Amino acid sequence: MRAVLLLALKSAWARRLTLGIALVAIALASALLLAVERVRSDARASFTQSVSGVDLVVGARSGAVQLMLYAVFHSGSATNNMRWESFEALATHPAVDWAVPLSLGDGHRGFPVLGTSAAYFDRLRYGDRQALTFSAGKPFAEVFEAVLGSEVAAQLGYRPGDHITLSHGMAELGPEHADKPFTVVGILAPTGTPVDRTVHVDLAAITAIHLDWAGGAPLPGLAIPAEQVRKFDLQPQEITAMLIGLKSRGDVFRLQRHINGYRGEPLLAVMPGVALDELWQTLATVEQTLFALSALVVAVGLAGLTATLLAGLNERRRELAILRALGAGPREIFMMLTVEGLLVTALGVFLGAALLAAGIVTLGPLLREYGVHLALRPPAANEWGLVVSILTTGLLASLVPGWRAWQISLADGLTPRN
Amino acid sequence: MTHSVNQAIRIEELTYRWPRQCADCLAISHFTVAHGERVFLHGPSGSGKSTLLALLGGVALPQTGRIELLGQPLTALSAHARDRFRADHVGFVFQQFNLLPWLSARDNVLLPCIFSTRRRERAGDPQQAAARLLTHLDLAPALWQKPAAELSVGQQQRVAAARALIGQPGILIADEPTSALDAPRQQAFIDLLLAETAAANAALLFVSHDVRLAAHFDRTVALAEVNCAATEAAT
Repeated sequence: MRAVLLLALKSAWARRLTLGIALVAIALASALLLAVERVRSDARASFTQSVSGVDLVVGARSGAVQLMLYAVFHSGSATNNMRWESFEALATHPAVDWAVPLSLGDGHRGFPVLGTSAAYFDRLRYGDRQALTFSAGKPFAEVFEAVLGSEVAAQLGYRPGDHITLSHGMAELGPEHADKPFTVVGILAPTGTPVDRTVHVDLAAITAIHLDWAGGAPLPGLAIPAEQVRKFDLQPQEITAMLIGLKSRGDVFRLQRHINGYRGEPLLAVMPGVALDELWQTLATVEQTLFALSALVVAVGLAGLTATLLAGLNERRRELAILRALGAGPREIFMMLTVEGLLVTALGVFLGAALLAAGIVTLGPLLREYGVHLALRPPAANEWGLVVSILTTGLLASLVPGWRAWQISLADGLTPRN
Repeated sequence: MTHSVNQAIRIEELTYRWPRQCADCLAISHFTVAHGERVFLHGPSGSGKSTLLALLGGVALPQTGRIELLGQPLTALSAHARDRFRADHVGFVFQQFNLLPWLSARDNVLLPCIFSTRRRERAGDPQQAAARLLTHLDLAPALWQKPAAELSVGQQQRVAAARALIGQPGILIADEPTSALDAPRQQAFIDLLLAETAAANAALLFVSHDVRLAAHFDRTVALAEVNCAATEAAT
């Protein structure tokens, strides 16, 4: 039996060019399918776990998705801000354990700047309730100090002690707050969340750099030097959003109702886990379509294999007759053909997985910039499931030429008919 | 009457009809080949030659009658057992394209040892047996490792003969093995085949339409005379 399989291998090797093309097709298709699966599970995980340990995210009334987009992902912009009085009222609500303000709108070379309080670094959790940690330095303590996300530091090559200036708005060439430079005091460890791409400063600093500004431009003739800003009241009038942690999670719905019906101004409170899940659901159709398409591509690849083997069979009628004369039964002929197809499929899937790994290594850093974090790791259970389904389909696809060879070997006997 | 054990091939009262045909294609009342006997079977195309080969190979079964090889009735065996029997006891040489083109000459000779344990054991050391046969059949060692596809037709037929002989099967069946060779090489090939089958003490059934090749055989039989179906159809 082993010798017959070895013979099948040698025969396949003799046709390595045509089989190789079928193999490459299967490899590319498998790589595509595995990549889609990997991106969808990893992206979902990194996306829905970009914030945890926060019970409510609160902002001016808009849509839940929009609020999450700017409050957590720092993308897009708030249509309205919320008043500082509302923040103070909610922060002192008896059910609230802690509250962190968020103020967005400025940028640094394309990265968003977040004005917040130092408590942010203690309170914010990501992934499986992991705390933020510093890879260098410490949280900001002074007005003009900044803490950088790991990617900001890595991409722009900043180290603690460097000076940076913020620009007004997110445009990379927006007007600069050049008169009030910040000192980098800390760099956060990588988290795989939007935190990595954010410049964190004290909320007071956001007020400070806008003291002598109005309507998005410096006020002519009014320039307040950085060292004098302390003399001013740096309490902001408005913030973009706030994060709330509760003393007891059981209060979450009650407080949510309270905020959504807040009398001071129209506010919206969302539970981040629920909102992120909903947000992901809006992508679910895209995700499922992609998956279905790549499954179809795999089917096409395997159909190509069947076609290749079937087409080759006509040229191999002599080979089959010779094997018959040597004593091979239709069963052995059937097995040789099926094993060949299964082998090509298995090699294809293996090559596909290798292609995916190579793709993650080469394209991973590029994808990180878009917030998709792909880790180089052995296939997870769902991916093994896909591998098994590809192999099973490959086996079914190989049964067709196997069955055809069986028929031919019975019809031809020892003398091939052409 | 000859006892069947002394016969390499024995056919009695056999008829065979291909599926979906109304007339018998082959009807042989009596035909035998003795152990070690070398028989020239003269059969022009259309005389039922391919059918007889299929029956002798055990890939087809007669509707009636007996067909025995080396004392074993083929009709008593399952399809799988007939495949085994063919692998163990019968060597075939066909018209041309006998070899797997992607295997070396030597590996082609060794093929029967893959499919038959009996022939592997009888070959002793298969590698040495292959080398011995190839040397006897006058194939230079330089060619042994070459892929079969690169050999000339004459060389390929000699490799095919070596393959049919390895592991000493009791019966050798050659179907027009010289038709692809030019005239001077035809006789040389037949002489080699006769000598080697004699050395192996195998029965040789040599089927050809060319009666001029019959000179050196023990016996010549015309298939048309044996096959009543063909006679009936002709008259």
